[in-house]
Amino acid sequence: MTATGTTVRSDIEGFRVTRSRRNVAWTGAGAVVVIAIFAYFPYIIDTGTRDIMVQGFIVLTLASMWNLLAGYAGLVSVGQQVFVGLGAYFVLALNIHNLSMFTALPIAAVGCGIAAVPLWWLVSRLRSGYFAIATWVLAATVELVIDRFPSLGSGTGMALPNTPTGNTTLLEADTYWIGLAVTVVALATVYLLLRGRVGLRLTAIRDDEVAARSCGVRVGSTRMLVFVVAGIGCGAAGALLAISQQSVQPGPAFSVQWTAEMAFAVVIGGLGTIEGPILGTAVFLILQQTLSSYNAWYLIVLGLVAIVVVLVARRGLWGLADDYLHVRLFPVGYWLWTPSALAARGRGRFGGGRRGRRSGGRRGGRHGQLRGGRSRGSKDTG
Amino acid sequence: MDWVNAVIQGVLVGGLYALFACGLSLMFGVMKVVNLAHGDLAVIGGYLAVGVIAVTHVPVLLSFLVVVPLMAILGYVLQRTVIQAALNRSVLTTLIVTFGLSVVIENGLLQFVNANSHSLGTGNAIITDSFQIGSQIQIAYLDLLIFAVAVVVLLGLQYFLSRAKYGRLIRAVADDREAAQLSGVDYRHVFGIAAALAFSTAALAGIAYGMYSQFAPTTGTDTILLFAFAAVVIGGLGSLWGTLVGGVVLGVAQLVGSQINSSDGLLAGYIVFLAVLVVRPQGLVARRAQS
Repeated sequence: MTATGTTVRSDIEGFRVTRSRRNVAWTGAGAVVVIAIFAYFPYIIDTGTRDIMVQGFIVLTLASMWNLLAGYAGLVSVGQQVFVGLGAYFVLALNIHNLSMFTALPIAAVGCGIAAVPLWWLVSRLRSGYFAIATWVLAATVELVIDRFPSLGSGTGMALPNTPTGNTTLLEADTYWIGLAVTVVALATVYLLLRGRVGLRLTAIRDDEVAARSCGVRVGSTRMLVFVVAGIGCGAAGALLAISQQSVQPGPAFSVQWTAEMAFAVVIGGLGTIEGPILGTAVFLILQQTLSSYNAWYLIVLGLVAIVVVLVARRGLWGLADDYLHVRLFPVGYWLWTPSALAARGRGRFGGGRRGRRSGGRRGGRHGQLRGGRSRGSKDTG
Repeated sequence: MDWVNAVIQGVLVGGLYALFACGLSLMFGVMKVVNLAHGDLAVIGGYLAVGVIAVTHVPVLLSFLVVVPLMAILGYVLQRTVIQAALNRSVLTTLIVTFGLSVVIENGLLQFVNANSHSLGTGNAIITDSFQIGSQIQIAYLDLLIFAVAVVVLLGLQYFLSRAKYGRLIRAVADDREAAQLSGVDYRHVFGIAAALAFSTAALAGIAYGMYSQFAPTTGTDTILLFAFAAVVIGGLGSLWGTLVGGVVLGVAQLVGSQINSSDGLLAGYIVFLAVLVVRPQGLVARRAQS
């Protein structure tokens, strides 16, 4: 893929609109290299590190889904643990019926997507804060319903009955690779979703819901789509949880702690950017590992950091980094290149970007920006 | 007769749920803040009462005289600092901040107090005694007392908001913040007072719950916040009487549910909540202004 491949034809002579300031091919190549390195990890790291990495995959998948909900669709759900729990229980139920737990994962994810439809119907009548608590009540209700099935271990949970026997090292490596695959698919899905029509609709709704509605954007169905996708993603993460623990317990699976972790990871990393959850998950893992001998302290610190970040640096750590580096690993918006900007750079070549995109004036500046990121409240709309 | 008993007990415990809910309603009504930390603040109230009683040996029924002012101050300070800062940004920020507070409080209590359950006033005759009607129905004095407190608090709030001078100020700010500001009202101070009121009711709810049952750090979210919210939705948003009705309906649903099967109480309450959400999303007591 070359830079010209992402160029959008413009009617105005001399202007050019691209996805990224840099050649997208580099991002793609970088992603492949990073995935390859991560895929090689099971050969070089020990079991403890591998478990931490799998946990990181779970949190990153959850965080990118929560980011999609809260950062792009404006749906602050505090009940996403319902899908973690359902995903884990789907794996358990399928595993009881002799299905391999790895095969069960995609089925569990799809099952969570289907379950998300009636759940959405129940909570969609409520707005913002009341939506948040309603999802929480839903999660509590679903947990109570699951507790009633003795065949699924009732209130105490049970171990997966049909786990592969034999080589545990290979099993752990398989778990890791499945986790990596889930995470990559989740990130790719979010990225592609936001690049396309859905991303455009979400941006329109976020900026002005009434205006978007009057332009024919179907607000309800777009939000529902996001809720279902987030249900699938969180379900896959829950299935991954069941696979890595090889057992399912209702309390931990439906714990609101999952939502706390995903929400705080997103807020710390940067709400409304695809890169934010990745950075936030890294911060989360570092905090958790550093404070692991102090019980609940990591959640206290994580919560405090999230409060401070959301009040002081609204765009999170990635926002701070972006202010200085102007890097976008996952470009979902557009760059507008004015003729003078193109001339300064040499026509048609998008090599290394020049710093200081805020230096240009509104008109006649070197280049403006038409990106789909947060335009309201952010300082960098060129 | 068991069923009558279940309904009577449900009505009484409904008063407690309405007490849970009124602080949540008040903060949403005045400053449009959905305080996800509401339940944890009530639990803080309960722990403060435990501490106050241990230190000063005041009678358990009078512990609120110390705890409520403390919580009111906490409410004013939190509102003027963190919550106001979040309000100045966006609705999403207030949700994240109050959710953060909730997680920090809950885990802080786990860390500094411990995960054990506490209760208030065991051994106090007024709290543990009950009287009988007929041979089947037994009513605890405490349940009656809590119900009475809930009704008094709701009546008092209603009267305060509709008649008192400061109540009118609060309503004015809730209706139109800019206009109130133009008339010389410092809306931040009014918000602080409203938060202090809300936190006071949360403290009362925490103490009442500590006497009624026992609380642990996780009680704040899995019981108080969720029940409070269910009561608000069942009764109808923005109506204090609706909140009382919602609390009573939730309480009756839970106790009748337990009567059917001892482990079904919670689920029955939530099913009624979901049913109301589906059939009558505006709540059982819709606001008259809309009709």
